Amino acid sequence: MSISEYNGSAIVAMAGKDCVALATDTRFGISFKTVSTDFDRVYKMGPRIYMGMAGLVTDMYTVSARLRFRLNLYELRENRPVAPRVFFSMITNLLYERRFGSYFSAPVVAALDPVNGKPLIAAYDCIGDLEVVNDFFADGTSTEQLLGICETLWKPNMDSEELYEVISQCLLNAQDSDALAGWGAQVYIIEKDKVTKKTLKARLD
Amino acid sequence: MDFSIGIKGQDYVILAEDMNAAHSIILNQQDHTKMLDLNDHLLLARTGELGDGVQCAEYLQKNIQLYQLRNGYEMRSNAAANYIRKYLADSIRSQEPMNVNILLAAYDTISKEPQLYYIDYMGSMATVPFAAHGHGALFSLGIIDRYYSRSMSRDEALSVLKKCIVELKKRFIVNYTSFNVQVVDSQGIHQLDRIVA
Repeated sequence: MSISEYNGSAIVAMAGKDCVALATDTRFGISFKTVSTDFDRVYKMGPRIYMGMAGLVTDMYTVSARLRFRLNLYELRENRPVAPRVFFSMITNLLYERRFGSYFSAPVVAALDPVNGKPLIAAYDCIGDLEVVNDFFADGTSTEQLLGICETLWKPNMDSEELYEVISQCLLNAQDSDALAGWGAQVYIIEKDKVTKKTLKARLD
Repeated sequence: MDFSIGIKGQDYVILAEDMNAAHSIILNQQDHTKMLDLNDHLLLARTGELGDGVQCAEYLQKNIQLYQLRNGYEMRSNAAANYIRKYLADSIRSQEPMNVNILLAAYDTISKEPQLYYIDYMGSMATVPFAAHGHGALFSLGIIDRYYSRSMSRDEALSVLKKCIVELKKRFIVNYTSFNVQVVDSQGIHQLDRIVA
């Protein structure tokens, strides 16, 4: 078991028509032992920017706290909420600073562009390689399972109702095939006028 | 080979820990206390390396007391937990990491909520209704899963704790002679009777 699989996680982000969704599992474990079954992996970084973090939990806390620090200073200086693409670059910078001695945690960011309302999904590796994708992205210990089912079920221009159904089914079924992720799911559906958070009941094993 | 266990109720958190102080195959002491009061409503139970544990716990205790002296009020439970987490997260990537796992029992006097924090030696943290560190955790967590409810009374929580201890006595290779039990509630930290296995 590698260090980034030590705690177990499953994160998926999916784009729809003028909406984007982010879903994570809620298990926190130490190797095969489950410690918590309602663990929160999602951080709100802006009115329509939500970041989920996969990988080692201690680095998840450290990276999100350091990022929050930089984000707060930016917003104090600029006197406005950060734009998504600027925030994406902020993450890259923070992670690449630790190029030789990296954090073992990588974010998945789901955002709505404030100008045109289009969905943005930012995918990273643990040293800050940024890829902005237009369909979906999966991370954590269930990556392979998630990619398979997402590829099958995703289609472009889904509205928020359908997007919620699709992302929920993708996550719930993928994490059932992964011993290290599961015990519940949190789904955030981000739209222009509102953000909805739903907690799903999953297989409790 | 240490073992610590915490159970959170409506208005209390019970922490229990074994009292062995051992180095390799030698048992130096059988009534060694490994819990420390960080302030009036924060109790820390540590497992892992004995020397690291003492250094870590005393350092944290002094700094949390200093916060209180400087500001005139107690450090809140969430703040203290995050402070402890950061200390361990910095330690893990330093030259000499601390090998200390922590259970932090707290009562937040402002929100009037008890809290139990599970903090790993790497700085992973979770807020949990019950938790345990050490090999004994593998025997205990299933038992608590079966009998736990948020509304359980202190006596019920203690009886669940005793069930875990009976199981350890029966099936765990390490012999724990006694357990130190303390409870944190709105009135502060109280010592309960030792449980002799």
